[in-house]
Amino acid sequence: MSNIEYLIGSERLAKRVLPVYSDEAINFLSDLSSELLHASNIRAYPDVVSVAYWCRKGNLLKLREVYHSINRLGRGLAFHIAPSNIPVNFVFSYFFSLLAGNANIVRVPSKPFPQVDMICNAFRQVLPQHPQIAERTAFVAYPVNNEITAAFCKEADLRIIWGGDQTVAEMRQYPVKPKCIDIVFADRYSICILNGDAILECTAQDLKNLAENFYNDTYLMDQNACSSPQLILWRNGSNEAQTRFWDAVEKEAGNRYKLQGMTAVEKYIHLCEDAIEYPEIQSFVRQHGNLLYRIQLSELSKVETTALRGKGGYFYEYYLEDLGELCALINAKYQTITYFGVHPEELRQIILNNGLQGVDRIVPIGSAMNIGVFWDGYDIVTMLSRVVCTS
Amino acid sequence: MMRMIDFDTLFTIPPYALKKIEKEQLHKQYLDRLFEHHCNACKPYQQIVRVLGKNPPLPVRLFKKYDLRSTGNEEITKTMTSSGTSGQSVSKIYLDRATSARQTKALSKIVSDFTGKSRLPMLVIDSKAVLKNRNMFSARGAGILGFSMLGRDLTYALDENMNLDWKTIDAFCQKYYGQEVLMFGFTYIIWQHFYQTLKTRNKKLPLKGILIHGGGWKKLSELAVSEDEFRMELISVTQLQKVLNYYGMVEQTGSIFMECECGHLHASVFSDIQIFHPENFEIAEKNEQGLVCLTSLLPTSYPGHILLTEDEGEILGEDDCPCGRMGKYFKIYGRMRGAELRGCSDTYEQH
Repeated sequence: MSNIEYLIGSERLAKRVLPVYSDEAINFLSDLSSELLHASNIRAYPDVVSVAYWCRKGNLLKLREVYHSINRLGRGLAFHIAPSNIPVNFVFSYFFSLLAGNANIVRVPSKPFPQVDMICNAFRQVLPQHPQIAERTAFVAYPVNNEITAAFCKEADLRIIWGGDQTVAEMRQYPVKPKCIDIVFADRYSICILNGDAILECTAQDLKNLAENFYNDTYLMDQNACSSPQLILWRNGSNEAQTRFWDAVEKEAGNRYKLQGMTAVEKYIHLCEDAIEYPEIQSFVRQHGNLLYRIQLSELSKVETTALRGKGGYFYEYYLEDLGELCALINAKYQTITYFGVHPEELRQIILNNGLQGVDRIVPIGSAMNIGVFWDGYDIVTMLSRVVCTS
Repeated sequence: MMRMIDFDTLFTIPPYALKKIEKEQLHKQYLDRLFEHHCNACKPYQQIVRVLGKNPPLPVRLFKKYDLRSTGNEEITKTMTSSGTSGQSVSKIYLDRATSARQTKALSKIVSDFTGKSRLPMLVIDSKAVLKNRNMFSARGAGILGFSMLGRDLTYALDENMNLDWKTIDAFCQKYYGQEVLMFGFTYIIWQHFYQTLKTRNKKLPLKGILIHGGGWKKLSELAVSEDEFRMELISVTQLQKVLNYYGMVEQTGSIFMECECGHLHASVFSDIQIFHPENFEIAEKNEQGLVCLTSLLPTSYPGHILLTEDEGEILGEDDCPCGRMGKYFKIYGRMRGAELRGCSDTYEQH
């Protein structure tokens, strides 16, 4: 079809599938990792660094050791729809599917990102030495076009759909093979739990690191990613702990975040709307001009928390008397809890023991964006492969 | 509460007579009372105040999402709507008799400072069809209706298909040949439906006097027409002496900002402007570009006395414009650029 640009590969993809965590895939990804790490300007792109680190041989072998099953194979051809606002997500989607043994057509973000170019260049360098992988890899770019999308959907054995509720709904309109499996990434909601006592015990350096990590979970993605926390829940501590934490965050954001004029206006509009909607707002704190907005809520019992969403440094806060209160808050939309000074196992037991529908990840502050083979509650490589059993 | 606000005094003051300090004192008094009034009369406003404090600027976009009114349903005589671009929701501005009378009066005081006290024969560069629904006024309809009070022998230059009504125009030109007239219209409509037709037909109309136009610079800048070019071109197809722009919004009808003979937009006694730095909403100095925040002392039926727009502008000076008018004068750059955010929730079909 015209209008399709093949950045990598061609329309001719191999039919035969590979086993999960195949040597071919691991060797290729390991070479890709070194190629990326040798790129001259990689340090300017921490997200590309994270890609390169993730596909290091050591990491992949570790994953294989834990999750490998000799009886699992890929399912065929996977079609990936990547989000257009996150530069490196498409390549992680590809990694998981390749490790599951599939051939892949990946629609890369249509917005121009230097990260996409860097990654494609590395592929062009490394793929020729890995023909088995080359014939299972196609990165495509095309303008909005329903026919092209429909044609790819018709051929796919798997569809990996990022981009939230609306994209999922749109993709569900296209006919697919009866056996086609979709892994969909819907809109999700994430929170952060902080122990105030632990904040007070932090050294200045600890606090700086914490603020840096918190920044990476939030401001770095304009607080607009599913796993970015919106609601900050406090345990213990005092106002002093909260002030200490936010002052450190403010400092970090002041050094690193470029607040766009329109984002500041949007935050202000959002605040006015919240003031009308939520009598639960106890107070509002603005720090460093319009950089940091804190909306303190006195009560959550009548609030649908997943509607509490801010962008560009707009946080809701609530003081938790008891971790048990989480049961009433958490619903199926909840994805990630980032924590500090709280035991993750304690949180996990609350989810498991109460049979809660939400929360798929409980990770320390700073790891919100660290994508892996377990994401959104899916065991992705397993879902993208099939098992051959005997008895 | 509202009755305590003494608007009669306000209307005795000439529109461009007050110097900085006098105006600040006057505005403080009125804004204190307006604040009190809207707090008592408008629940959502009161909720905003509870969180944000005294006299917070209300974002204009809020009028799209909420019904903000400071008067009972039965008092509302008109609802004005913004001419939102297609697909967007529109603002709804609720007017009672007192507010709309004040708006009309203020508009007349402001404009007559430029046109003189006597009412001139008026040619509206638009179609009468715009005024069809009298209860739901679009910004365009409201503008026409407001200005139409300022002239006499009101004549519409366009027919219902937005084509030039030659017969009517010729009759108007003939009737007022050699006399001063007042022309009014929306910038884009004047350009598209009046100027371009005259230009292609190589026609020059013997119209003398003043043209006042406003709204729609955004559409015009898409056609790459500058303010100066607009003025020069309009003069080239007529015999007009003055072509003056105004800046205003449906959320603050009446207290418009007129452009003077020096090309500066002016705040009148009824209005004021502040420029905010977007990063902290602190007030910008003269000659610093930023976000436009507008004051109008007129509205009591809805809490629109202090509004945060999404436009960018710059204060050029205060009390010292060569035209002799007191108060701040400024320029507008247009809508602020939209934010580009990262994030994983998007619609791929849009990109």
